[in-house]
Amino acid sequence: MLRRTLMTTAAAAGIALSLGGGAMAAGPMDNVKACFVYVGPIGDGGWTYQHHQGALDVKEAFGDKVEIQWQESVPEGADAERVLTQMALGGCNIIFTTSFGYMDATNAVAAKFPNVMFEHATGFKRDSANVSTYNARFYEGRAIEGLIAGRMTKSNKIGYIGSFPIPEVVMGINSYFHHARQVNPDVELTVVWAYTWFDPAKEADAAKAMIEQGVDVIASHTDSTAPLAEAAKSNGAVIGFGQASDMAEYKPSPRVTSIIDNWGPYYVKRVGALLEGTYEQVDAWEGIAGGEVLIGEITDAVPADVKAEAEAMRDAIAAGTYHPFTGPINKQDGSPWLAEGETAPDGDLLGMGFYIEGITGDIPQ
Amino acid sequence: MDIGGINPVILVASLMVAAVPIMLAALGELVVEKSGVLNLGVEGMMIVGAICGFIAAVASGSPVVGFLAGALGGATLSLVFAFVTQVLLANQVATGLALTLFGLGLSSLMGQGYNGIKPPVTAKVPFGPLTDIPILGPIIFGHDWMVYASIALVALVWWVLRSTRLGLIVRAVGESHEAAHALGYKVNRIRLGCIAFGGAMAGLGGAYVSLVRVPQWVDGITAGAGWIALAIVVFASWRPWRVLIGAYLFGGITVLQLNLQAAGSGIPVEYLSMSPYLVTIVVLVIMSSGRGRSSLNAPASLGQNFHAAR
Repeated sequence: MLRRTLMTTAAAAGIALSLGGGAMAAGPMDNVKACFVYVGPIGDGGWTYQHHQGALDVKEAFGDKVEIQWQESVPEGADAERVLTQMALGGCNIIFTTSFGYMDATNAVAAKFPNVMFEHATGFKRDSANVSTYNARFYEGRAIEGLIAGRMTKSNKIGYIGSFPIPEVVMGINSYFHHARQVNPDVELTVVWAYTWFDPAKEADAAKAMIEQGVDVIASHTDSTAPLAEAAKSNGAVIGFGQASDMAEYKPSPRVTSIIDNWGPYYVKRVGALLEGTYEQVDAWEGIAGGEVLIGEITDAVPADVKAEAEAMRDAIAAGTYHPFTGPINKQDGSPWLAEGETAPDGDLLGMGFYIEGITGDIPQ
Repeated sequence: MDIGGINPVILVASLMVAAVPIMLAALGELVVEKSGVLNLGVEGMMIVGAICGFIAAVASGSPVVGFLAGALGGATLSLVFAFVTQVLLANQVATGLALTLFGLGLSSLMGQGYNGIKPPVTAKVPFGPLTDIPILGPIIFGHDWMVYASIALVALVWWVLRSTRLGLIVRAVGESHEAAHALGYKVNRIRLGCIAFGGAMAGLGGAYVSLVRVPQWVDGITAGAGWIALAIVVFASWRPWRVLIGAYLFGGITVLQLNLQAAGSGIPVEYLSMSPYLVTIVVLVIMSSGRGRSSLNAPASLGQNFHAAR
């Protein structure tokens, strides 16, 4: 909160300096001020860290032509709206809001500042022309994790630490389970909802609770490295995956591979477009093929044949020959979702509010 | 012997670990409040303790050094609070809140470069064959030494406050600083000592989070534990053994709700998440009903600054 206060002061100073110079929606620009709103601290070692790396890539790509500003640990909700308003008033030309929970705040503030470009991560609302959304197909990475989980589990119990029951997370759970089941029909999935993006102690407790239930492969959808730290206590009996960031410090085990969010290319492209005057509203959703989702090194803790299988799947997804949600897949209640050979339409995925067949338990409402 | 898919023995054993940070911090704050000072900076002192302990443990390779450094870090930060409120007589609530904000920022600064490092492992106390006793083994004999130290500290604080001259002086200062001053006690100096003790305990709790519970450093690692500690002091109505109960209750519910989910229970998690706070409200209502404010046991001079005018 101190940081927020400091940034408020900085934003207020920004107003004075910018002398009311409004952003241009079209035409080339000499300078761009790119601003980033983070849900957690940069030092989380995961989600926010990766967004910040992307922001630094922007600075590196354009040097003096771009000024970057960021604010950490901004709560999702009314505070976000205030922060965004201050950024817009403070001369930001493009604002990246990097968490799902900023969706309504982003759209509300964007409507008031038509000359400022807003980019909302993982959302689906684009109420005004200056709001774009961008996301990454994390479920493609979850497929590879699921495959490894299904092959590696000894107890046939695999776990998933969910953050909030939103489509983004449900999609990841389904993809993870689907691919684990494909290679191991006996596998059971345990889901624990942490109701937080970032709370290391709680994330560690969630991992611990699952380990006590016999789970030996844990995937997490929260932002810190705590679940891996908890798995590391088991001396190799429990494995997990790097989430959002490579989390290489837990190699070779418990971290056997990772999903790395690589936002840099997208950020550079968008800020570049703004500088050149070619900026347009988009709904971007890239995956492994587009380089936005990277699969971290698969370590030697994974047997060579499983590693080869996982890499083959990664390459097939990258080449576009395999879609992680390819039928036949039924919904949890047994009703058909995808027919044989059918792939999931993006609309179904973005609004995903159901588990697939075989997962026990309900999605909290 | 599983109940609803949960092994109660493992549950109790893990809640004892989960409760340690908030118990230590709450115990320190209890002493601070008993001396009549309201320090809302527990969260800030905890997180500074967490990073100080982490840095020291990584540098020295010894968790013991880490815990000592954590306590020292928390105590040092609390002296800032003590100086501002006891010497400069600033408002305690505002200063305490500022201390939390300062601590969060400071820890983030100190923690640069410490992300992703693993601290040395805090060993479990070797009880030998005792650990293998069914039920009692994992619960009583299966922990690291900080778990036992935290319980011993509860007993120590309880004994000091109840049965020693020192405890009597601390309580006198907290109940009526004018009277204590008239008796010749140095009110602000005694309060300063209590604040430093509270800071050390919060720092110890923070170090437990970064060295044992999560074993790593990330920004904002305490994630609000300091606020829960403050709530526990009120819940405990300023009694040490009730701090222990409160901490086990809060810690237990946190662990239980995750365990219930992992076991596939049908109870909605929202109800479990809110239950400790509901219990706090119920306890406060029961305790404050009928017998007036004295039953709440709040120190009479809590939050009031003292200046020896005469």
